[in-house]
Amino acid sequence: MAAPLTPPRLLPSGDSAITVEFSRNIDDAANQRVLALDRAHAAEPIAGVTETVPTYRSLLVHYDSVQIGFEALGEKLMALAQRPVPTATKTRRWRIPVAYGGEHGIDLEDVAKALNTTPDDIVARHVAGDYRVAMIGFTPGWSYLSGLEKSLHMPRQQNPRLLTPAGTISIGGVQTGVQCLAGPSGWHLLGRTAVRTYQLHRDPIFLLEPGDAISFASVDAKIFAEQDRAAEAGELIAELMAS
Amino acid sequence: MSKLVISSIGPASSVQDGGRPGAQRYGLVPSGAMDRLALAAANTLVGNQLFAASVEIGPFGAVFTAREGAVRVALSGAPRNADISGRAVASDASATLAEGETLTLGFARGGSFSYLAIEGGIEGELMFGSLAVNARAGLGSPYPRPLQSGDELRAAAASGAAERRIVIPDVADAPIRILFGPQDDEFADATKKLLLDSAWKISATSDRMGYRLEGPALKHLHGHNIVSDGTVNGSIQVPGNGQPIVLMPDRGTSGGYPKIATVISADFGRFAQIQAGRAFRFKSVSMAEAQAEANKFWELLRSLPDRLRGAEHFDLNIEALSDANVAGHAVSAVDAGTWQIASPVTS
Repeated sequence: MAAPLTPPRLLPSGDSAITVEFSRNIDDAANQRVLALDRAHAAEPIAGVTETVPTYRSLLVHYDSVQIGFEALGEKLMALAQRPVPTATKTRRWRIPVAYGGEHGIDLEDVAKALNTTPDDIVARHVAGDYRVAMIGFTPGWSYLSGLEKSLHMPRQQNPRLLTPAGTISIGGVQTGVQCLAGPSGWHLLGRTAVRTYQLHRDPIFLLEPGDAISFASVDAKIFAEQDRAAEAGELIAELMAS
Repeated sequence: MSKLVISSIGPASSVQDGGRPGAQRYGLVPSGAMDRLALAAANTLVGNQLFAASVEIGPFGAVFTAREGAVRVALSGAPRNADISGRAVASDASATLAEGETLTLGFARGGSFSYLAIEGGIEGELMFGSLAVNARAGLGSPYPRPLQSGDELRAAAASGAAERRIVIPDVADAPIRILFGPQDDEFADATKKLLLDSAWKISATSDRMGYRLEGPALKHLHGHNIVSDGTVNGSIQVPGNGQPIVLMPDRGTSGGYPKIATVISADFGRFAQIQAGRAFRFKSVSMAEAQAEANKFWELLRSLPDRLRGAEHFDLNIEALSDANVAGHAVSAVDAGTWQIASPVTS
């Protein structure tokens, strides 16, 4: 019989949301429990819950306090969270093409220097990784991935850039990520993908779900340019692999 | 079909409605009106649904002209001088622009955002059920960006309905109530007390993403980096410099600074209306009180249609006079002394 799971902490985020916190740190086991609670709730929704937002270490549960109060909702969430984490059922796996280095990955050389190796070696290590979407947040489609190899863990930039391109693939701390929209970032930019994780007037509008598995494939700048045009026209570009 | 043509409008003005909840798990924040009560009051005045799209007008002025027909509108939220081709327009009241007439709105006085509702709503393409502008995500209709001069808002032709006014309770100067958490354990008790005991001001660099507060620095117990987690409207996050930022409807859906407390939902719109530079205070309440206030707030929203009054005799305050008479006080409309009795018994 498995040891009972540590109960999460129920933290009030105002009067209309509860943060169900499994860990204070980035922790794959905690993220698995976050996603398991999210799935358990999707299968058996609690009346009054309006929206759930998984993050690395917690599930933010928005609710309508006219329908259900903090105590009652907390008890129901606690019961769901104490269920054993099911061994991952069907996981979708996506292959995402990346143009590494050069104008598309302006930090690749510096990262290689800092880690005493070559840009090609950094790309090889990044492509070899088996990643999982731990959370999507901050701006639409910004997908934070767990599974970055230890040798690629690096402190974030001292001075965040105010504008980094759409489709940026970067590393920061123990994480790697797929950024959809142009925006500020303090991470190290390794490359760019033509894949839009968020695109209006496309089905689906949001490509990735928390829990999806991700692999990267290296493509050259010419292929990137072709893929970028196709993506602009609504193609997914990301390949759905057998799960 | 009529339209309102914008000939000038200040920054921080955009089409907003109840927002688009449901996609925060994909990083898409709901956006929507800064002050939902004011949005709902303006819409109620012209017979729209409570959270129909209307024009959220920032602290500066705006000028609209009716074209291709008459347009009936209503103004609520921050009071400001307003006139239609020279006729004064009251706040919390509806008014009709005849074809070719111009509505001129001055600077906000005693608040930041006004809502201009248009009878029949604003024409646009719904994205996730909403017209609300979220410029970063490229969302919003008819324009996915703040409004500019030259923009046109298509609307139904005015119905010719009688003009109305609406009576909303005024609690503008009460402290802003907060609930501690979710990361209040990242702060010492003395720091939490400092949050409650200090006068705060909203910085002029604030926007629809966040209101930066000016006041004493709030120190963290364990540094200012936490692993990102989810945010809500009203999250009070404390970055490295100790100056809190209150997250507003265009916030990021997740954030990596400790959140010491959260503005209660019933007070969020009132907080959003506080003018930059004006001092205010926070007050801590219990979860039970915050949720009771949330219920009361929804009851207030539901009661808005019952709070409509005819626009006639607006200046005489017939309501107060008649309420006082019902309560048994003899009130003379020409004796200012007796009006004083009226206010405590009107509720």
